[in-house]
Amino acid sequence: MAIHRLQMPISEKDARRLKVNDVLYVTGVVVTARDQAHRRALEYLKEGKPLPVDLEGQAVYHCGPVMKKQPDGSWVAVAAGPTTSTRLDRYEAEFISAFKPRIIIGKGGMGQRTTDAMAEEGAVYCAFTGGAAVLAAKAICCVRDVEWLDLGMPEAMWVLEVKEFGPLVVAIDAHGGNLYFEVDKKVKTNKQRILQKFDL
Amino acid sequence: MKLENRSLEAVAFNLIKQAVVYLPVDIKNAINRACGEETSEIGRTQLQAILANVALAEEKQVPICQDTGTLTFFVKAGTKAENLNLLEKALVEATRRATVEVPLRPNAVNPFTAKNSGDNTGRLVPLVHWEIVSGDSVEITVFPKGGGSENVSALGMLSPGEGVKGLKRFVLDAVVKAGAQPCPPTILGVGVGGGADAAMILAKKALLKPLNEANADPEIAALEKELVEAANLTDIGPMGLGGKTTVLGAHVDFAFRHPASFPVAVAFSCWACRRASAKISADGTVEYLTKNGAGKC
Repeated sequence: MAIHRLQMPISEKDARRLKVNDVLYVTGVVVTARDQAHRRALEYLKEGKPLPVDLEGQAVYHCGPVMKKQPDGSWVAVAAGPTTSTRLDRYEAEFISAFKPRIIIGKGGMGQRTTDAMAEEGAVYCAFTGGAAVLAAKAICCVRDVEWLDLGMPEAMWVLEVKEFGPLVVAIDAHGGNLYFEVDKKVKTNKQRILQKFDL
Repeated sequence: MKLENRSLEAVAFNLIKQAVVYLPVDIKNAINRACGEETSEIGRTQLQAILANVALAEEKQVPICQDTGTLTFFVKAGTKAENLNLLEKALVEATRRATVEVPLRPNAVNPFTAKNSGDNTGRLVPLVHWEIVSGDSVEITVFPKGGGSENVSALGMLSPGEGVKGLKRFVLDAVVKAGAQPCPPTILGVGVGGGADAAMILAKKALLKPLNEANADPEIAALEKELVEAANLTDIGPMGLGGKTTVLGAHVDFAFRHPASFPVAVAFSCWACRRASAKISADGTVEYLTKNGAGKC
């Protein structure tokens, strides 16, 4: 379990150095995107319109945060835990190829198409602990910007500045490695053993 | 119980806030213990992050998780308690207030229009389960439950021939199928027998029981232990990233069944098993029953 402290943005080469089971602490910009932001980004791509935020080399976070507006108009993150990434699997391969983020952060894992796209483009998927919303909010030092707020607070693209955001576990690397597939395989074998052990 | 609507609302508000901000001490201790025993390094990073998050939520007085769930109330109402007619309204008002003041994430959506009510209330939300008991006091429990763990609930109408072995297989299958989705380590509530409705409500209510309270019936207690052992041999681990901590505990409850049916219901709670109870006595004194302060993190 190697530990890396990364300053965003990172290059394709940096991303390819990361391996499944590595633990990351990320500093710099992280941009949130859930279902609707992914959908709109791909619509923009089709129409040839640029995104309001350049995602190349950056980290994209599957998160619908609870934000609070301050009297001076600025925003503060109250809770910012990860949402289930499985829902975004249908968009992510195309999203990664088009916008070149190098780190995707979420929970629950992603499937074969995303894994293939990450190997192809040089990107990794990291798991952040589900429910650890306050820990995540603590790492957010400021909210730099918000785009697409018309999609609603959880679905907007929040441009966050984070310091030592983690632990992020590399669960899909840029070499076809997928920790969730490995665990699944092990669990299937273990299940047969358990059925035998308990005479089921 | 002789309380005005406003005091009832205040008690319910306190319970909601307590539940979403503080993890009960039995759950905290179980996570703490699991963290010491977990052999997977990655698994340990997840349990440590959970413990750090729980301590931080307490310190800052904010919800442990951004999914503050949909609220269910379990009410044990004494037959001689007064003002019971005011209670449901007070629970709804407390929910609205908590949504703004705690705050809670608005999580009540009309299934047909997809419109979010914005205040965590709507038709049958919060859901209130009533139980009539003897006496003149009222006990209220709030159970805010997140969507991730709710989505992997399972109901099996087994064949009676499959019996208890079938039950064990069904629970194991449910745990394996759920994988990382319910934010493990989870707590399992298992309801056996009854019809489909009884099995599921027993499973849900089983999640309210403190983890250190095994079943009074030694055979059921042994079954609970076996289910925990089996689930933890899967190696799903914390957050589904591998490790031996997949569930923190299991509670089983049962009802008699129809000769032709063998219902088994499995309810999951994520690690953030949030619950809080209070007892309101006839003279208006309030006793908060859920221990959450002393946990070592």
